[in-house]
Amino acid sequence: MASKITKQQVAHVAELAKLEFSKDELGEFTTQLGSIIDMFEDLTEEHTEGVEPMTSATDRVNAMREDKAVKAPKEEVDALLKNAPDEDGGYIRVPVIIDESEDGE
Amino acid sequence: MDYYQTDLSQLHDDLVNKKISARELTKETFEHIKANEDDIKAFITLNEDAALKQAADIDQAGIAADQLVSGVPLAVKDNILTKGLKTTAASKMLENFNPVYDATVVEKLKAAGYINVGKTNLDEFAMGSSTENSAFFTTHNPWDLTRVPGGSSGGSAAAVAAGYVLGALGTDTGGSIRMPASFNGVVGMKPTYGRVSRWGIIAFGSSFDQVGWLTRTVKDNAYLTALIAGNDEHDTTSSLQAVPDWAANLNENTSVKGMKIAVPKEYYEDLNDDVKKVVKAALDHFESLGATVDEVSLPHTKYGVPAYYILASSEASSNLQRYDGIRYGFRAPDAKNLEEVYVKTRSEGFGEEVKRRIMLGTFSLSAGFYDAYFNKAAKVRRLIAQDFDKVFNDYDLIIGATGATTAFKIGAEIDDPKAMYMNDILTVPVNMAGLPAMSVPAGFSDKTGMPVGLQIIGKRFDEQSIYNAGYVFEQTTDCHKQAPKLGGQN
Repeated sequence: MASKITKQQVAHVAELAKLEFSKDELGEFTTQLGSIIDMFEDLTEEHTEGVEPMTSATDRVNAMREDKAVKAPKEEVDALLKNAPDEDGGYIRVPVIIDESEDGE
Repeated sequence: MDYYQTDLSQLHDDLVNKKISARELTKETFEHIKANEDDIKAFITLNEDAALKQAADIDQAGIAADQLVSGVPLAVKDNILTKGLKTTAASKMLENFNPVYDATVVEKLKAAGYINVGKTNLDEFAMGSSTENSAFFTTHNPWDLTRVPGGSSGGSAAAVAAGYVLGALGTDTGGSIRMPASFNGVVGMKPTYGRVSRWGIIAFGSSFDQVGWLTRTVKDNAYLTALIAGNDEHDTTSSLQAVPDWAANLNENTSVKGMKIAVPKEYYEDLNDDVKKVVKAALDHFESLGATVDEVSLPHTKYGVPAYYILASSEASSNLQRYDGIRYGFRAPDAKNLEEVYVKTRSEGFGEEVKRRIMLGTFSLSAGFYDAYFNKAAKVRRLIAQDFDKVFNDYDLIIGATGATTAFKIGAEIDDPKAMYMNDILTVPVNMAGLPAMSVPAGFSDKTGMPVGLQIIGKRFDEQSIYNAGYVFEQTTDCHKQAPKLGGQN
């Protein structure tokens, strides 16, 4: 189906979303997203001048609470760290972020 | 234990009078589950050891006389956090995730002495209408194992339909409680947006998500929903409105006489014939009970699906940014630097439908497309909400079908995302407007033999009128008493 979205655009959106696709996947996603976006185009036939966008259905306005720090018990911290993919001595390990050395690990 | 033979207040009496102990009840519950679970696959995680211990503790302490759920086994959808009990959202991303706190709804159930039998299957991150998007397996409909249970709360709906439990928690962002309720012949209520705290619910579309129950009876649903409702300081969108005792008003005096029911032609005209027949009979039934039934129009209904998929996907793309492989959840094993951790983790950890929604949302919010898509959809959302407001100026309830079809075959729509999205056409407008709505069993299709659900939509915070109508309908018909024959002989 002819669509407004191109492969290049899909690749750009994937980059924004921190996703990567193989060449085949990219083609398939372009077709699928194109067909869904065509459905989105139905909205253009509805006139919405002067209509206030609605982004929530809550009946609350500016719910406030006291801004105070709550100290977590050690067991909670330990349980949290257990969920980390790579943990070392109370810290979460991540791969090197800035590699300045030629042969840095 | 087969829960088709009882309800919450009967079971409570049996527990209080020691006809059965909580431990015996829990043991029998797991026996029934295990005898059928190979066929149905409603649960991702069974909580047997902890549940039996919990039941023994409750027996020892004594059943709380004023708590109907004290010692009663119930199930929880696996996108609702349970402290120390694996919560996956049916995603590879959270396959080994152990929450460090309970969702507010779970905290309330614990305080009331419920027994958690386990965590039910869903479409990954609650995105889907069939449970086929679960990263682990597809749940089968107890009425016909070759059919889907609907989604995303398909595991919870199947658990109730199979008689595993009297109630199971679900979540509903675009129909995820009501649609599986309809497909499984059970009761499913999505309360008013803000009625129930979302704290501890794995976020999908935060301006749409609500927690609610799938149950066998309307009265059980009313009781259980009141139990989890109310303001919570952890959720700033949770309402300050008082929570009425809905169940207390459901008795032999409950009536629909003089009730004004609106039937939107958009919720009736394009139904499959078999569904239409059942809905027509239900509307005639309400008329015979003294309600007035008029046809009305909700003209923006047709824009519901496209507007919803723009807005909910946009919110999802933002909410799911947190899955980056750093602090918890899956991390791609071969990532060599930070960028690779992000990209590989997300590309390998998320399933296809979740990626599709993230892509749709990111696109709709991106520079150059924001006005044409996100903002346009947000304006259309206002028009859809106004359609409902207009009808509710003159009517008490809006009633129509929950879905245009009965449960479809496993595999029938999974390769056509657009067809899958169109299943939500009668449920998403309710989430757009933040209204309460319930699906109640209305009968069976003469074509597929599968259950058909009737959707009852109410004014904001008027769950009572919905429960009243649902209760009267249930008490004056008998389809909710029919049970699927387990063991594949349907």
